[in-house]
Amino acid sequence: MQFGIMSVSDITRDPVNDYTPSEAERIRDLVRIAKKTEEVGLDVVAVGEHHNPPFFSSSPTTLLSSIAAQTETLTVTTSTTLITTNDPVRLAEEYAMLQHLSGGRMDLMLGRGNTAPVYPWFGQDIRQGLPLALEAYNLLHRLWREDVVDWEGSFRTPLQGFTSTPRPLDDVAPFVWHGSIRTPEIAEQAAYYGNGFFANHIFWPKEHTKRMVQFYRQRFEHYGHGTAKQAIVGLGGQTFIGKTSQEAKDRFRPYFDNAPVYGHGPSLEDFSSMTPLAVGSVQEVIDKIMTFREYVGDYQRQLFLIDHAGLPTDMVLEQLDLLGGEVVPVLRKELESRRDPEVASNPPSHADLVRAKYGDAEPRQPRPNANRGDNVTGASPYQDSEGAEAVYPTL
Amino acid sequence: MTADTFHLVVVSAGASDPSSTKMLADRAAQRVTSLARERGHDVRVSVIEIRELLPELPQALSSQFMGPKFRAAIDTLVDADGIIAAAPVYKAGASAAFTGFLQVLDNDLLIGKPVILAATAGTARHALVVDEEMRSLFAYLRTLPVPTGLFAAPEDFSSTALTARISRAAQELVLLMESGFARAVRGDTWGAYQHEYGSAGGTELGIDLSSDLMRLATGGSHRADQG
Repeated sequence: MQFGIMSVSDITRDPVNDYTPSEAERIRDLVRIAKKTEEVGLDVVAVGEHHNPPFFSSSPTTLLSSIAAQTETLTVTTSTTLITTNDPVRLAEEYAMLQHLSGGRMDLMLGRGNTAPVYPWFGQDIRQGLPLALEAYNLLHRLWREDVVDWEGSFRTPLQGFTSTPRPLDDVAPFVWHGSIRTPEIAEQAAYYGNGFFANHIFWPKEHTKRMVQFYRQRFEHYGHGTAKQAIVGLGGQTFIGKTSQEAKDRFRPYFDNAPVYGHGPSLEDFSSMTPLAVGSVQEVIDKIMTFREYVGDYQRQLFLIDHAGLPTDMVLEQLDLLGGEVVPVLRKELESRRDPEVASNPPSHADLVRAKYGDAEPRQPRPNANRGDNVTGASPYQDSEGAEAVYPTL
Repeated sequence: MTADTFHLVVVSAGASDPSSTKMLADRAAQRVTSLARERGHDVRVSVIEIRELLPELPQALSSQFMGPKFRAAIDTLVDADGIIAAAPVYKAGASAAFTGFLQVLDNDLLIGKPVILAATAGTARHALVVDEEMRSLFAYLRTLPVPTGLFAAPEDFSSTALTARISRAAQELVLLMESGFARAVRGDTWGAYQHEYGSAGGTELGIDLSSDLMRLATGGSHRADQG
């Protein structure tokens, strides 16, 4: 089972010290946090995407490739990549590039984004958010699997004879998760393609998560990717760990009370009892996380939101020590001992996907054909592409 | 419980206890109950005091995060055959607690349900709040407000005219409950209204796998002409 952290990349005033970090500090510190995540034995770092202050992560692949370059085993991913306001062609290109540079230690999670003003900045309309997301992924899926794509849809200029470069590493598309809280169409799309389904699992009562995961599992089986219990599920979550229950609550409360989104609303106690938020001693946090599998089944990835709401970096690093040192080792052991033997422990890695596609054979390494120097690809862009290679007259 | 047992839900935004708003709602509830019994139906009455939900209202308004009392109120409304909705008038409008409560409910929670609208105010000058403000809110929620709206200023509480209006509104509500309109609408034509997954207070869990969007989700086009 994979454990990791997810950051929304907010730059929030620390309400205790009345200190607002600069963009430069937060960007630098998230790289520190990511390296620490690997150091304490966790597996995944995910970063969100936003295009307005107070967030810094507008260019996730640049950040993630830097993190990948400074780590050895960590999987870098997103939480989430906007499949609505990004051009799927650019997503195909950027994330294939990240896949090459990280040696396959990446995947990505697609979401719609709920900040209405962002849509018009990129020429889109939030009211069309759902069809836009569904159509854009259909295209992204093909761009990574077909050398040459002819495509026409409702939200983007048509493509004729288009090749997205670079082709994915080993010609195997990155693994994709679809994130949604209560949109069955997104779960259906994840199931149809045999992709992963990720539930935010932070602001909402667990019933939302339970329903959507159940539906996704059923449909995953319906489309023949495996049995329902084998569907690939990831969950978010939020923790704050203290030496004692009281210490955890006392230290976290000012951040909770002033947090963006849920701050100035429900009490820490109410929110903890009604959502998956786990604030308490090591044992209390373990106990709460152990309940997740009871309503989603055995799952493959658990991400925690910890660098959020103005928590100072030192406190985040300390939380990582506790998470990696005391909480996750117990969770790994307990969750694996309860896991159905027919259910995979981890989501598919790049190596798994290569093996699934090629068995013991060598993976395909696309080599472009020469062209006439006009930089426009012909009908068969790669030496092993199907169809005849374009033959140009000798001048 | 027989099919003829009506579940009547009183939603009162009265600010004190007792409040004139609650008293007006109670008189209507009593009249509905006795009329229905005369006509051979049993009536079960539930009361939602919005005042008791107020601690949970801010988070419901800001993040649709429903506390336990809100959840219980919503579950009660899902099951209602008829509703009496009563608000005090503050600053020339139905109280913020009342409109706030209704504004956080799912749009499809109350579809087709018959409602008696009632308001109280310090003077008769606010008499049109029921018909001009509350009626449009309940129209938006696709409820069926009875033709007679109830309004009471202090002098009305001792007038026989108010009693007569209460009887009229109660009769209208009983007839609408008897007609089975809400049940028919929510049964036969439910799909004709807009729903979200998990809406209608968490009861709307149907998923139409043959919709245009579902076709798009599975690699097709959402434009019907393109399959």
